[in-house]
Amino acid sequence: MPTVQFQLNGATVAVDADPDQTLLDVLRGPLGITGAHFGCGAGQCGACCVMVDGRAMTSCDMPMWSVADRDVVTLEGLGTAEQPHPLQRAFISEQAMQCGYCVPGILISAAALLNDNPSPTEAEVRAALDRNLCRCGSHNRMVRAVLRAASEMATS
Amino acid sequence: MSAPPPDPKLPQSLAANPRLSSWVRFTAEGRVAISPGKVEIGQGIVTALAQIAADELDVEIGRIEMIRASTAASPNEGVTSGSLSIQQSGRALRHVCAEVRLCFLAAASERLGVDPALLGVEDGMIYGPGNVATSYWELAGDVSLDHDATTGAVVKSAAARSVAGHSIHRVDIPDKVFARPRFIHDHALPELVHGRALRPNVSGARLIGLDEERARSVSGLVAIVRDGGFAGVVADSEAAAEAALKALRKGATWSPGEPLPDENDLAGFLRRQPIETTIIDTRTAAATKAARTLRRQYTRPYIAHASIAPSCAMARWDGDRVHVWTHSQGVYLLRADLAIVLKLPAENIVVEHMEGAGCYGHNAADDVALDAALLARAASGRPVRVQWSRHDEMFHAPFGAAMAIEIEADLDADNEIVGWRHAIWSNGHTARPGRAAQPALLAASEIANPYPRLISTNPPPANGGGGDRNSVPLYDFPDWTITSHRLLTMPVRTSALRTLGAQGNVFAIESLLDEIAVLRGEDPIAFRLRHLRDERAREVIRAVARRAGWKPQKQSGIGYGVGFARYKNTGAYCAAIAEIEGADDIRVRRLTLAIDVGEAINPDGVINQIEGGAIQATSWVLKERVRFDPTHITSTSWADYPILSFSEVPAVDVEIIQRPDIEPAGAGEAAHGPVTAAIANAVHDCLGVRARDLPITRDRIIAAMELAS
Repeated sequence: MPTVQFQLNGATVAVDADPDQTLLDVLRGPLGITGAHFGCGAGQCGACCVMVDGRAMTSCDMPMWSVADRDVVTLEGLGTAEQPHPLQRAFISEQAMQCGYCVPGILISAAALLNDNPSPTEAEVRAALDRNLCRCGSHNRMVRAVLRAASEMATS
Repeated sequence: MSAPPPDPKLPQSLAANPRLSSWVRFTAEGRVAISPGKVEIGQGIVTALAQIAADELDVEIGRIEMIRASTAASPNEGVTSGSLSIQQSGRALRHVCAEVRLCFLAAASERLGVDPALLGVEDGMIYGPGNVATSYWELAGDVSLDHDATTGAVVKSAAARSVAGHSIHRVDIPDKVFARPRFIHDHALPELVHGRALRPNVSGARLIGLDEERARSVSGLVAIVRDGGFAGVVADSEAAAEAALKALRKGATWSPGEPLPDENDLAGFLRRQPIETTIIDTRTAAATKAARTLRRQYTRPYIAHASIAPSCAMARWDGDRVHVWTHSQGVYLLRADLAIVLKLPAENIVVEHMEGAGCYGHNAADDVALDAALLARAASGRPVRVQWSRHDEMFHAPFGAAMAIEIEADLDADNEIVGWRHAIWSNGHTARPGRAAQPALLAASEIANPYPRLISTNPPPANGGGGDRNSVPLYDFPDWTITSHRLLTMPVRTSALRTLGAQGNVFAIESLLDEIAVLRGEDPIAFRLRHLRDERAREVIRAVARRAGWKPQKQSGIGYGVGFARYKNTGAYCAAIAEIEGADDIRVRRLTLAIDVGEAINPDGVINQIEGGAIQATSWVLKERVRFDPTHITSTSWADYPILSFSEVPAVDVEIIQRPDIEPAGAGEAAHGPVTAAIANAVHDCLGVRARDLPITRDRIIAAMELAS
């Protein structure tokens, strides 16, 4: 199997992978990443979103051949309990989930949005999250959390 | 309001599991282990239960470690469902912790030589006059909790509680934002291998032939398993398991299957099936002559659980013993079914809970656990993780049952209700495992010597009922007959989905009530208040009306509607007002709700549940419908089974009416019925047509308009 090299959460990784294998499979399999979730396998629910070169992309339908030399960030790369990303802090403050299974993908989509647009309107936040599904109905809390993180980032 | 007198009986869950040590243990380093039998399914229950324990024991909540339920040690609290966890587990824990505190005060009194009445507890330290002190942990060696609870302990009064009643942050959320593994899907066991079960793509088809040759050549294959009509693969990675399953499918031969009904004539189908009929309730008054009778039929479709994660389980065999990890709602109930299918004594099986994605009822969690146990037999003692595909989750998991509801309302000359007949046609609303002599698990109907597929039934009305849930009006109509017809056939697999029949019944009752109020020219809120005697019911309706500014001035293209119910007629009270915009499509702009759960242990948790319930109900009402043709379930992807998106979600505003002296009730299912009715009534207010078939889509509204013109 060919080796694919890419950046993962700031470090260079090289993995042996079938070129058609999905990025999600490789992340969750040999790389032991749990901050990207399998939901549908068809790029329709967003639970598996990761940032690729700064854009939120579904990883369950992204073949490994397309990942070579690119910069991939998963939830693990966003922040830690010691050094949380403002979005992570805001999701705790707003208690912005019920089950939380969709949250990794939503945090990544929100982080990609704030990279591009540091002070989005509520409608822009909603539009940016439309490719992420939440079944528990925590949408409004998540939107509030994203807006809170944006205003915190603007004042810091 | 005064506190209720102490209950002379033990709480239900405690009477069933009276041993104190099965609920509470003081562990090293100043920690307290609390073991409820209820499980976290995304509703925040473990935090609320920790709050209750912290309050009664007088320890900081940070000292409490909530133990996941397991048949190895946990109290058996049946199933985590029906909005009963706070009622059952919360009451039991409150009582247990009060009694444990007393036991320790007695021991401290002896050790310190101080009258127990003079002792106080602060964060687990026990203080007496003159600076004498000990602690739970210091005394833990002397105080045995290996005895049964008594009825003597008195729990704290509402005023003395300092943790319950406050919006404490949930204990599980930090793990979930920092990608620390918490879900069963993310749990890595040593030497884990991966399994997949082969399921038909035709409804009711059985595997009758299998050529395994192609699958054998897949790299990474560990085993192919075949047991009658059940087959599957085990491989050393998920990708290899998927590849092997794909190859195995090519070699499979299936029986023709069983036909599905016409998805466009659900009411006709439901009303033509063999049924079992139960009279749920009757009330008779001296006959008042009806001037006329309104007869209306309401329907709701089959609804999918559609959890964001597909169901997942792990199993590992050791000789004739098996350990199963599951996100089932009932570890003991699952164990009972596993014991039947695996032909093992229950003691040989440990079923341990791990969190899954949001659970809204009986989904495929239990089914996949049996798949894992069957596939793991071929894995030579290695643990096998099985995860269903999105397709199988949306095809083979049980659905919430479709319903046809007909109400006849007899009206007198003033259009006052003098008679009310409510009839329901529906499959049963539960086919949960562990409750019958035959197993309810999918693979049990596939293996050699299969068990018949369990036809879903209804819980008895005393437990809230099933298809008939919330069908008995809370209004003071003088005369009624409520009838439930349960189908004895089940071409589409159904079981418990959030609210069981309550969403359909509340939709029907509240829609017709609204129609009669309009007929009378009476404000629908005034009409409801005039027919309700229960003060808590009246108060949620008045509260929601105040909060929504009822009734806002008429604007073109905007409509307002109200809905009310008390969940199961015994649980939480909820009233909802919907503001909708109706043009080509219906958009729900805002939902205002008032809720009374009695004592709200974690007010933000209650609001979260009500918001979530309101949004999920909006999704059901506007979009959701399991689709099928004569041979297949066709809504097997998110493209074919759309749910509400972020941009479509309404603003949701919730007011809690706190009643700290009233026993707490669950909040998870209170909003669905009232929100459904509120949206339907707002559609009428906006467009002048009654939408009586769910979901309320553009096509349905056009059809209703054509019917009306």
